[in-house]
Amino acid sequence: MSTVTTTYREAIREAIREALRRDPRVFLMGEDVGAYGGCFAVSKGLLDEFGPERIRDTPLSESAFVGAGIGAALGGMRPIVEIMTVNFSLLALDQILNNAATLLHMSGGQFNVPLVIRMTTGGGRQLAAQHSHSLEGWYAHIPGLRVLAPATLEDARGMLWSALEDPDPVLIFEHALLYNQAGTLPADAGAVDIRRARVRRPGRDVSLITYGGSLPKTLEAAGRLAAEGIDAEVIDLRSLRPLDDATILASVAATRRAVIVDEGWRSGSLAAEISARIMENAFYELDAPVARVCSAEVPMPYARHLEQAALPQADTVIRVARGLVRGDG
Amino acid sequence: MSATLTRDDLLRAYRTMRTIREFEERLHVEFATGEIPGFVHLYAGEEASATGVCLHLRPDDRIASTHRGHGHCIAKGMEVAPMMAEIYGKKTGICGGKGGSMHVADLDVGMMGANGIVGGGGPLICGAALAAKMKGTDGVGVCFFGDGASNQGMILEAMNLATVWRLPALFVAENNGYAEATSSKYSVACDNIADRAGGFGMPGVIVDGHDFFAVHEAAGEAIARARAGGGPTLLEVKLNRYYGHFEGDQQTYRATDEVKRIRETRDCLMLFTRRVSSAGLLDLAELEAIDRDVAAQIDAAVVAAKAAPKPTAADLLTDVYVEYA
Ligand SMILES: Cc1ncc(C[n+]2csc(CCOP(=O)(O)OP(=O)(O)O)c2C)c(N)n1
Ligand SMILES: [Mg+2]
Repeated sequence: MSTVTTTYREAIREAIREALRRDPRVFLMGEDVGAYGGCFAVSKGLLDEFGPERIRDTPLSESAFVGAGIGAALGGMRPIVEIMTVNFSLLALDQILNNAATLLHMSGGQFNVPLVIRMTTGGGRQLAAQHSHSLEGWYAHIPGLRVLAPATLEDARGMLWSALEDPDPVLIFEHALLYNQAGTLPADAGAVDIRRARVRRPGRDVSLITYGGSLPKTLEAAGRLAAEGIDAEVIDLRSLRPLDDATILASVAATRRAVIVDEGWRSGSLAAEISARIMENAFYELDAPVARVCSAEVPMPYARHLEQAALPQADTVIRVARGLVRGDG
Repeated sequence: MSATLTRDDLLRAYRTMRTIREFEERLHVEFATGEIPGFVHLYAGEEASATGVCLHLRPDDRIASTHRGHGHCIAKGMEVAPMMAEIYGKKTGICGGKGGSMHVADLDVGMMGANGIVGGGGPLICGAALAAKMKGTDGVGVCFFGDGASNQGMILEAMNLATVWRLPALFVAENNGYAEATSSKYSVACDNIADRAGGFGMPGVIVDGHDFFAVHEAAGEAIARARAGGGPTLLEVKLNRYYGHFEGDQQTYRATDEVKRIRETRDCLMLFTRRVSSAGLLDLAELEAIDRDVAAQIDAAVVAAKAAPKPTAADLLTDVYVEYA
């Protein structure tokens, strides 16, 4: 089978390109997605290929263009809306929650909103407290939304089409530090299942449950744990809402220990939700309390070492996992 | 030329504009060495706007700034050394290294902060103006924002609110023609941002932002009206930024000679110097002495920032609450 060398960024671009070719109802809109090619260069070249009707620059008006995406979806289009950063999506939170997520219910099933919103998330670039948060866990709190977090090239390439085929609003979170991730994909890579979590590394001693930008760090931690004789299993959630309970619980039932690695803040987090589900459904399988590695509960600081100290790190995952397995923290 | 400008005012205005220019040009150089992290948005080219407006302000007047905030900070009276240290992420920074370029702030001089959320300053300045009004001072609030920000709902809501409550506020739209790569000709539906003022029931004024004197005069009228209880104004300042949107921006969306032409023909410092020297108000030697002084000051700020200590691990969890039990 032939493969192509690519990056996470190019894989998303290829997914957008494929969607635009396959379905005339699909269009992309967002700030500087056109001539500039997107502030993370995801849409570079697409304007030349598809023109300004379908690669549509918006004024700097998140609430208006996200809301317009909802209206266009109701009007029979299949918009892909790009928001630069999750912190800016808060300007459109009203549209996302009060319209996109709730219209189907409020209308008694009359209107579904087949909309895809892509945005970056996460810290690590010294952009401080208005550009660096991981708020996907908030969105995963909202009934009516499907929330995805591609962490691999395969998912960067494949989740978009599956999201567009979904009849409901889908949010796709792209961690900003993943865009340069390079690797190979099959030449015919395409849509992927968006309902299942995936075991990225099998192991017997402890389940490390994570997603998105924390996957590379967690895999690194698992590799280093292996060197000290601890065999960690790594679960990539992929879908943050709905959660794939079956995969999580099967893993925990086998390893009897779980560490959740989540770049969101700990209190009221996605990690808290997963921990509660394990407690509710697998309490008697556990050999140790469920542990969490989350971001420090501060707005993201600017100085490099403070920011690194605020974020989940492989070292912390290793220390916590070792503590669960050996009981020695 | 505005009759209200004294010799001292002129010297102060020149020093402010030169300090901003020197600060930004030095950052441009230092950023290229890789030592400065994050997003740095330079204000070079736009100095006459912040300077012309802030010369009318007192320390108790408040301004809200933008991601491109260094010029507003300096014009409002912030010291350059703690600003520079902040941009280097140091403990001695004005925000202790927690905010960086996009969040420099100093409430002691009435500077409510740069802002990483485009348009975020509009509502804040309504509140600042409301507080001044309720306390019965004649303080004012000034919101600086860009052409891109002029399309954000919160800026439009803030302007409406300011008129509804007759707030002592000034909205300064710094129209540099671009929001990142998006041209304001594309994104702003009317010819001028100031054309929107009528819809909010306030006067709208357009000035040439390369001309310090024009900005100073227009801002002076608006601020005097606000102080006297006459309500808000929208002032559109047309100007140009000399560097990319942020440092590192390749500016593929801009003609290569666009900035060069403006620098050569309409640079605000050049126009100012020409005007004051031809009118015999200040002589070139005086201005050159300021240039030398400012250059030394910026140099000292960079040296100090580089040598300054970083925040410590213990600083991570502070400043989240004043009190939290
Ligand atoms: C709410 C929000 N959306 C998008 C951005 C990303 N962004 C930062 S600056 C900028 C352009 C701002 O343009 P303008 O208001 O004209 O100010 P200028 O940069 O020209 O000074 C954009 C889109 C942001 N910081 N905040
Ligand atoms: Mg602009």
